[in-house]
Amino acid sequence: MNSNESMRISGSRIVIETLIEQGVTDVFGYPGGQVLNIYDELYKASDRINHVLAAHEQGAAHAADGYSRVTGKVGVVIATSGPGATNLVTGIATAMLDSIPMIAITGNVPTSLIGKDSFQEINITGVTLPITKHNYFVTDVSELADTIREAFQIAKSGRPGPVLIDIPKDVQIAECDFIPQGVVPCLPQKEASDADIDRAVELINAAERPYIYIGGGAAGRGMTKDIMALAEKIDGYIGCTFMGLSALQNSYERFLGMQGMHGRYASSMANKEADLIIGVGVRFSDRATGNVAKYAKGAKIIQLDTDLSEINKNVKVDIGLIGSIVSSFERILARCEAKKHPAWCETVEGFKDRERRIADKAEQKAGDAMTPKKIFDIINRIKDENTIIATDVGQHQMWTAQYVDFEKPRRFASSGGLGTMGYGLGAAIGAAIATGDRTVLITGDGSFGMNLNELATAVTYNTPVVIVIMNNGVLGMVRQWQTLFYGGRYSNTVLGRKTDFVKLADAFGAEGCRVFTPAQFEEAFTKAMNHPGPYVIDTFIDRDEFVLPMLPPGGSIDDMITEKKEGADK
Amino acid sequence: MNRYIIAVYVENKYGVLARVTGLIMRKGFNIDSLTVGETDDPAYSRITITLQGDDYAREQMVNQLKKLYNVKNVTLLDRENTVERELTMIKINNTPANRAEVMAAAEIYRAKIIDYSVNTLCVEITGEPSKINAFINVMKPLGIVEMCRTGAVALERTRAITEE
Repeated sequence: MNSNESMRISGSRIVIETLIEQGVTDVFGYPGGQVLNIYDELYKASDRINHVLAAHEQGAAHAADGYSRVTGKVGVVIATSGPGATNLVTGIATAMLDSIPMIAITGNVPTSLIGKDSFQEINITGVTLPITKHNYFVTDVSELADTIREAFQIAKSGRPGPVLIDIPKDVQIAECDFIPQGVVPCLPQKEASDADIDRAVELINAAERPYIYIGGGAAGRGMTKDIMALAEKIDGYIGCTFMGLSALQNSYERFLGMQGMHGRYASSMANKEADLIIGVGVRFSDRATGNVAKYAKGAKIIQLDTDLSEINKNVKVDIGLIGSIVSSFERILARCEAKKHPAWCETVEGFKDRERRIADKAEQKAGDAMTPKKIFDIINRIKDENTIIATDVGQHQMWTAQYVDFEKPRRFASSGGLGTMGYGLGAAIGAAIATGDRTVLITGDGSFGMNLNELATAVTYNTPVVIVIMNNGVLGMVRQWQTLFYGGRYSNTVLGRKTDFVKLADAFGAEGCRVFTPAQFEEAFTKAMNHPGPYVIDTFIDRDEFVLPMLPPGGSIDDMITEKKEGADK
Repeated sequence: MNRYIIAVYVENKYGVLARVTGLIMRKGFNIDSLTVGETDDPAYSRITITLQGDDYAREQMVNQLKKLYNVKNVTLLDRENTVERELTMIKINNTPANRAEVMAAAEIYRAKIIDYSVNTLCVEITGEPSKINAFINVMKPLGIVEMCRTGAVALERTRAITEE
């Protein structure tokens, strides 16, 4: 359909035509009874839109999420009614908590059967109400196209997020006139007032120890150069939240990396000692601040966000700049004065030295053993700037945050806010399909066990996903807490499974190997990075490795644990 | 802790009330009352919410409500400049001992007897919530069979909340 002429077509065809009109080239999903008509139209339009069949709707949702994280485009997932729709829930919630633009399309039973507990009927708009930015139940085919357009607009405007559209089967079958339109623009964002920008600039000019704190609202929005320019101009340092990772290159000397519960020593300390914190697209999450009652007591705080409800939500700020983060930041950068703060630089350089000494000491103690740091050193050496890193959730995720050298934005897919174990494989497949670039999934044996069925998808589509399972036979992060705070009572965290991941890879039609030493890992990883399809590296590590530093629950930066005490793992 | 009245202008669409109440629930706000009804434009409804809370609760409630897509306007009403009313119906035992007292109290409070049966009397009272509370306290010793409050509705004296 190339002309702008009106055509009388079915609701299911309107779904496909509207997706194509909105620039969608790939969708993820799983067919079923109440989306048969949509799948029929997908079949007919297969030369114009690519459908990726996942092994499970949850995997499809994570794939759409991963697709979005690496492209900035709106990810699309389709599922049938009832269980198909409820299987999307974790994927939608993951996207919601990390502000990822996504459209979920579900079929539902015909309107005449709604509310009657019909077969595979579920009120998915009700279920997803708290985990979507908005959702729709479409009862009239004449409203379908505009509803989908509005859904795209909502998903990508301002603070992005997932939008669900539930379409009963009779609405998919009904026909109406359809006229193709262009891609809907993002809704205009507010701009912070000049007075507020001036007040922020005054605070920045008066600061002696400025700290720029970058979050998910800043990463992947083309702000890297401006962030570096501000740090240079005001002689400050930069830290980030988990979601802010990859906004800056790790090698940049003013960038201290992730702060918070498992953040790096230097960034957490710099945040604590700063007299001014400039939060850019951050929500001051509990994982990043530690105990908020003790957070940044001596500092002024400026917060830039497009979502007004984030201002003063978790931390009371001195100035909230509500509006386009990019534009507020540019205006601050243009107006603030160039400053030098040699004492502050000396302090932070001291933190960086201390951080290096802590790391060196830990590595010396480990000797030739297979430590997480050694694994990441090898990954950093072999990957290139286009390699995408995806993770699951747990210790391996925090090690990734601490050790991976991110080289540019939109090369990282990980569940930050919701902390979804089982997220990684689906997301890695989505990211690899979106870009065609090699994607390394860092996972654990616990997380991988949750959604490993998607190996089938990776094999079917010959997706270049390298799966590094950091296998310690335990649920390492929970075990670490049990070691430190629960007297070593390892309740249900010792997996004791006999799963052979190499045979498993083979069973799915993938290749894999098992490694025990850094040298073996390097050889396997090099091979995997040149392998055409999915490759599993079952990488054995000690079950009592800790993620350090760590802020104990309810603690502040003053309570940071930086070294593992002897006997802590006994 | 202060008492606040928030007026919310919403699209009159499927599930909008559930969106508003769902938000109130999941953000853990404590509300005293919530009323909803169509406006002069049938495409819109007006929700009036009263709540007790601190500055944080008030600010978050307003800001979170503003994020809902079917919400067109959220206004914190200026209590000094607002007229507020609530309607309540109270059913009381109709006994010879009660009757005169109910009627006298209704007269003083400008309540109306709207139903009279062998066993019960039904009284309708409209006013500010504090007046209604006072009236209920007078009725309690007489034996309230059942009662029903609408929750507060409120309008600012001059400014219309849709003008912003």
